[in-house]
Amino acid sequence: MVKAKRGSGGVAVPDKKELSGRMPIEDAGIPAELTLFLSQHIGAPSKPLVNAGDEVKRGQKIAEAQGAVSACLHAPTSGKVKAIEPRYQPVLGRVVDAIVIVPDGEHALYEGVAPVGDDLQAISQEKVREVVRESGLVGLGGAAFPTAVKLEHPPGKKIDTYLLNGVECEPYLTADQKLMEESAAGVVFGFRALMKGAGVEKGIICIEDNKPDAIKAMEEASKPYPELEVAVLSHRYPRGGEKQLIEAVLGREVPPPPGLPLDVGVIVSNVGTAYALATALKTGLPLVERIVSVTGEGVARPANLRALIGTPVSYLIDRVGGFSSSPGKVILGGPMMGVSIRDTEVSIVKGTSGVLVLPREAVETEPVLPCIRCGKCVEACPIRLLPVWIAAYAENDFMEDAEKMRAMDCIECGACSYVCPSRRPLTQSIRLAKAHIAAKRRAAAKK
Amino acid sequence: MVSAIISLGLSGLVIGVLLAVAAQKFKVETDPKVAEIISVLPGANCGGCGFPGCAALAEAIAEGKADVNACVVGGKSVAELVARIMGVAADDIEPSVAVVYCQGNCENAVVEAEYDGVEDCHALHALGGTKKCSYSCLGLGSCVKACVFDAIHMGEDGIPVVDREKCTGCGACAKACPRGIIEIIPASKKVHILCRSYDKGPVTRKNCKVGCIACQACVRACPQKTIFMDRGTLAKIDYTNCDNCGICVTKCPVRTIKSYEKKAEAAAS
Repeated sequence: MVKAKRGSGGVAVPDKKELSGRMPIEDAGIPAELTLFLSQHIGAPSKPLVNAGDEVKRGQKIAEAQGAVSACLHAPTSGKVKAIEPRYQPVLGRVVDAIVIVPDGEHALYEGVAPVGDDLQAISQEKVREVVRESGLVGLGGAAFPTAVKLEHPPGKKIDTYLLNGVECEPYLTADQKLMEESAAGVVFGFRALMKGAGVEKGIICIEDNKPDAIKAMEEASKPYPELEVAVLSHRYPRGGEKQLIEAVLGREVPPPPGLPLDVGVIVSNVGTAYALATALKTGLPLVERIVSVTGEGVARPANLRALIGTPVSYLIDRVGGFSSSPGKVILGGPMMGVSIRDTEVSIVKGTSGVLVLPREAVETEPVLPCIRCGKCVEACPIRLLPVWIAAYAENDFMEDAEKMRAMDCIECGACSYVCPSRRPLTQSIRLAKAHIAAKRRAAAKK
Repeated sequence: MVSAIISLGLSGLVIGVLLAVAAQKFKVETDPKVAEIISVLPGANCGGCGFPGCAALAEAIAEGKADVNACVVGGKSVAELVARIMGVAADDIEPSVAVVYCQGNCENAVVEAEYDGVEDCHALHALGGTKKCSYSCLGLGSCVKACVFDAIHMGEDGIPVVDREKCTGCGACAKACPRGIIEIIPASKKVHILCRSYDKGPVTRKNCKVGCIACQACVRACPQKTIFMDRGTLAKIDYTNCDNCGICVTKCPVRTIKSYEKKAEAAAS
């Protein structure tokens, strides 16, 4: 067992995992309609392979990856393609094209879905990469970065360590925790496959100390493999951020954007991603479902559901007994980095790790007060920025100065807003500056 | 004491001579017209002309890179003064004002969310807004903050109101609006179709009481044939031929079309 080093910054947040942490994973079932967005990963949107009216089956590829950074998409169940039309994608916050499937309830498996094998010795590195690519695998921790791109790293970079991210530092969420507790062997198999695909010899499974059962299960499952270790980290937000995790476990600092973990010889993947790869190798089933924690004080019966990608949020909330009181906020993801949605008819995407419902009284806010220059946000910032100044520049439209203060490096973890005693929406101001700077850079690149 | 006076006096003399030489040697030739033009420009540095401030515009005019009536704020009187300095005749310029193409206030538009965060329309726009209509006014007043002439204010119903007397047509508010629902229109044009929703008719009807439902009644009624359908779902006026007759105002079933003339008359009577 590796004892983690201390990373800088961050905040202590109540973990709230007791709500859904003891609930076993259960199947969510098949909703009346599935919406599969063509843009639900980082990179270029995928290109549809089916037309309205086509019959599709579970596991059938319905959209092809386009370009170097992209991921393909598969039908989560059998049914008929109702339409390919623009729909509101909650995570991007805009309308994008989506394939809408009306399930027929048969849940019939596609003929092409066949197991690859469960002996890693017999599967070549090239084969692993192909399975990752063809399964539409993306990072299931939330950012949805195509996994194939991580594995097929440029040959010049020397990668010595693969980190498996089971930290799940966001409060409330328990999807990764339950997966590790219930399917530790599958996660370890998938992790070893990822390491094989990337050609990395050493793997570290990282878990926070608030999940003792998951730590036990993972230590047990990884015992036969000397190349694997389990690192136990103390609970602190945002320890599960890729860069923060590398710093905490290995003591290496990832350079600011466009710096990547590859630059310090590390690849990080989420436990959900590893499990999805294990499923793809053992059964041939591509990424068509994931574990979603439907939790929060605002739902009747918090639970961990195995939901098909594209399931409407309203269906998931109904599955757990509906709202327990008047809902104040419905959030996709965790309370720190998730996006609040206006309409529960929107669908989950590959990166949705949780649906969090907070009751009305929990989200009532007090007025925003002026900044008192206490510097708490500076202490909390895990990447050592000065949120107080970036936000002040952004609020007053001094975007060049915000850029000089390295607004673009912000990982939007929300720690600064969380600790601010004046309740200032610092992260949102910084995001505003980032959007402005990104638009300016795009305009400059066009010229 | 004496040495201090002498040394200070001497150094003053030397520096003075140096400054005099430098002033001659590094003299920057400036067009005297520039200073004159600056003196007649409004000096608000609003940027409405597209140049970074009045001084930059003055230089551009003096070099012939901008028209003498380039200052949208100053209007005819300033254009004439500038033309006199430049020794040319000023073309007539039409004063323009900003028009807010949305009436989706809390009563008319369907509101489906609450917002609590940065008071800036761009921030809210990035989250999708609080009203069901995705083309509607966001109501946080980025246009009000952008106006240097105090000519646009947030109305009680949450939709900005333009003071047509004070508005100079500089366009700062139009640039500040993330949804592009403010446009600069000649002040002589009094009839406007106050909606920018490109949603199909039935969708707009569900979203807002006063949104354009694309019924085309105004298109058919217009004697000048100057109303057209943009993308098939939104009626717009081609202002070149509009004579403010106001027939379309009476034909619109959802009262999207408003006439400022009528409003002014109603206020006067």
